[in-house]
Amino acid sequence: MLTIQTPEAVMFWVLGPLSVIAAIGMLVVKKAVHSALLLAWIMITIALFYIAQDAVFLGIVQIVVYTGAVMMLFLFILMLVGVDASDSLTETIPGLRAIAITAALGFGGLLVSLISRATLGRPALGLAEANKDGNVQGLAKLLFSDYVFAFEAISALLITAALGAMVLAHHQRTVARPTQREQAIARFRTGSLASAAGLPNPGVYARHNAVDVPALLPDGTPAPNSISATLKARGDMLESNQFELGEVDNTVQEEK
Amino acid sequence: MNPYNYLYVAGLLFTIGAIGVIVRRNAIVVFMCIELMLNAANLTLVTFSRINGTLEGQVTAFFTMVVAACEVVVGLAIIIAIYRSRRSASIDDASLLKR
Repeated sequence: MLTIQTPEAVMFWVLGPLSVIAAIGMLVVKKAVHSALLLAWIMITIALFYIAQDAVFLGIVQIVVYTGAVMMLFLFILMLVGVDASDSLTETIPGLRAIAITAALGFGGLLVSLISRATLGRPALGLAEANKDGNVQGLAKLLFSDYVFAFEAISALLITAALGAMVLAHHQRTVARPTQREQAIARFRTGSLASAAGLPNPGVYARHNAVDVPALLPDGTPAPNSISATLKARGDMLESNQFELGEVDNTVQEEK
Repeated sequence: MNPYNYLYVAGLLFTIGAIGVIVRRNAIVVFMCIELMLNAANLTLVTFSRINGTLEGQVTAFFTMVVAACEVVVGLAIIIAIYRSRRSASIDDASLLKR
């Protein structure tokens, strides 16, 4: 017969709502990095739930594997891919968000009402009996007796996954790397001559020496290819017309 | 409180993860939502293991974690491969099979 002590109840009522709020936050924050950090927090709360539920080994594995390895891998890939327009929260398929939220409300309501109505017909037992030799020893007994074939199969799966990742991530050049001469010819022979002399520098005609202000073309419009695509996608681009001659505050007198 | 309360949290996390898979466009965020759903299922397994008083649920959760680790490794490699060829991590852009 299982009785739940007060500390566990307090932990649950503090961390349970926090993890759900963090999960909702994962959906609404714009940047993928923030989603990853919120997910790391959810993983930690789930690890604490495991430890509170007498699954000490799984709790530690959860922290080591998920918040350690998996989230690190996610952040690493985020760093490789960088920021792009897919971070935006705009809806591309009309009505998708409304349909998704309606369906999820239905599904979640179904789950919650099912859990609240269903009963196993017997009291919760607790793991005191199963864990009497220790949680790790109990798991090891099961893993290396009843589940030994599954254990072997899963080790083969791990090796296959590692090989698969190497094959997928391996980048083989299908055409030779273009030489400097070929690049020079391509600049002049293909398309327009606009980029023959290289891309314009940012901020040259904008009375501002910053990389986030586009240069001005002779007709006064900003040149979009003069600043980095990453700054543009992140929305860190400034308008160059705020640095126009008439707008600049030149009332400050120079000291003599 | 009774141990069934963990099941509510797991159900809510699973549902929120499902919304994320449908709504978000960045492939990496979609992938993180899948991880959230896997974790919610694991929490259910551990809770039922405690309610039933056997360790079988924990062994299954352990296997799920290993499979999830494999899935992350291969999935992120696929995202990188797509990003390399299409210069985008948006799932809307990978629509070559549609045409």
